[in-house]
Amino acid sequence: MSFELHRPRSLDEALTLLEKNEGAHVMAGATALVLLMRQGLVRPSVVVSLRDAGLGGIRAESDGALWLGATTTIREAEESPLVRSFCPALAEAFGHVATVRVRDQATVGGNLAHADPAQDPPPMLLALGAEVELAKAGRKKPRRIPVEELLVGLFETSIEEGEILTGVRVPPLPAGTRATYVKFLPRTEDDYATVSVAAVGRVTNGALMDARIALGSVGPTAVRARKTEAALREVALMPGGADNGRLTAAAALVRDEIDPLDDIRGSAEYKREMARVWTERAVRSLLS
Amino acid sequence: MSRHEIRFELNGEARTAEVEADRLLLDLLRADLGATGTKEGCRIGICGTCTVLIDGRPISSCLYPAVYADGRKVRTIEGIAPDGGKLTPLQQAFIEQGGFQCGICTPGQIVSATALLEAHPKPTEDEIRRWMMGNLCRCTGYFGIRRAIETAAGTAR
Ligand SMILES: Cc1cc2nc3c(=O)[nH]c(=O)nc-3n(C[C@H](O)[C@H](O)[C@H](O)COP(=O)(O)OP(=O)(O)OC[C@H]3O[C@@H](n4cnc5c(N)ncnc54)[C@H](O)[C@@H]3O)c2cc1C
Ligand code: FES
Ligand code: FES
Repeated sequence: MSFELHRPRSLDEALTLLEKNEGAHVMAGATALVLLMRQGLVRPSVVVSLRDAGLGGIRAESDGALWLGATTTIREAEESPLVRSFCPALAEAFGHVATVRVRDQATVGGNLAHADPAQDPPPMLLALGAEVELAKAGRKKPRRIPVEELLVGLFETSIEEGEILTGVRVPPLPAGTRATYVKFLPRTEDDYATVSVAAVGRVTNGALMDARIALGSVGPTAVRARKTEAALREVALMPGGADNGRLTAAAALVRDEIDPLDDIRGSAEYKREMARVWTERAVRSLLS
Repeated sequence: MSRHEIRFELNGEARTAEVEADRLLLDLLRADLGATGTKEGCRIGICGTCTVLIDGRPISSCLYPAVYADGRKVRTIEGIAPDGGKLTPLQQAFIEQGGFQCGICTPGQIVSATALLEAHPKPTEDEIRRWMMGNLCRCTGYFGIRRAIETAAGTAR
């Protein structure tokens, strides 16, 4: 494997390089790309590094949205006071990625573009209704799409030739929003999830409103569980906890909304069952 | 393969190197610069034996492109003790508390734990576990490592 590396100093320069070099790969933190190249799964002739392209940074937008620039490291996102005050569960989802070493090198944008269904941030970002922006040479305004449309398959995204993901935008959360992310890790703490569940909802007048559930490690992409969400609509809070029967029935629907594989982390059937159990627990924790 | 001139600081000393685009920092350190204190284990980012600090933050040098060190401060196990002489309290505690047996993981453990104590001078047990979980050790069962860190931090019970 042999490639020409470019180190552009701006987004425009990076986009021009992609336009000129068909099939070029961008490299952000490089944690995934280094391994893919070593395994021969990716054999680029041109690599464009985003390290110095100025795409990092976290900011609050004027409408109350949260913006995470593509080359923000996972650890910066995890530790950012802005992210934590915007949504503590989002900071926690970033904090669940691998080890401190990986988090210090890997980037928020690279994590999304890599599209490994076992990653932690994507389900949380899906449940929060996040969107990504994609820039391309000659395009005046970036293309903005929901994370759900970005993730199209196993290690497959809808990023087009010549496009660079510039960042992810998490829309403002309505007052009273609660969110949680659970990573079920029966093996070791630094492992990928066996099943992970992100849950977001509002509790008003004792009822759970607008529940959004997304799962990781249970199919080719991180997925929203829409039938489960519909069944959770307005699950009422009982004095001692949630409307137990309805919550349990809703969580059971998640089993058929996912498509897990048998692997070293468990059989498909085991993962379906764990998805049910952890969905129920995640929603219950929103209500408590 | 394109070649790139990089300038960086290695344990406080200014360095320049010419590296190929796919050179990894681990190989630059060990093979090109003879800094063999940093060890190679899994080469896939899991074991932690290759841990070095980039601008004070721990990374796996087996996943880190050498060109990314351009303009940065690299600190390896060779740069932990001041002037190579006296050991740091953490290194001393690794010796006294049974923080290692065969020693292959030890450079990575000490580099990681040094960064931990810089970020959290009095880490809780949970902080130690979370930070150190990516530095695998097949000998000690981790108790000696935890004790060594707590001893250096002055939080040992
Ligand atoms: C040992 C190890 C353990 C891990 N464990 C976990 C875990 O527990 N949980 C978890 O969530 N993840 C885990 N990961 C995966 C890790 O999160 C990803 O490797 C990382 O987020 C990828 O980001 P990067 O910046 O390093 O991307 P890179 O390796 O630089 O790039 C990855 C891919 O994305 C493309 N790309 C990168 N940035 C952009 C952009 N801005 N626009 C368009 N395309 C882009 C690249 O071309 C490449 O195809 C682990 C990785 C390792 C090595
Ligand atoms: S050799 Fe780098 S983490 Fe194992
Ligand atoms: S001391 Fe032998 S692996 Fe840690």
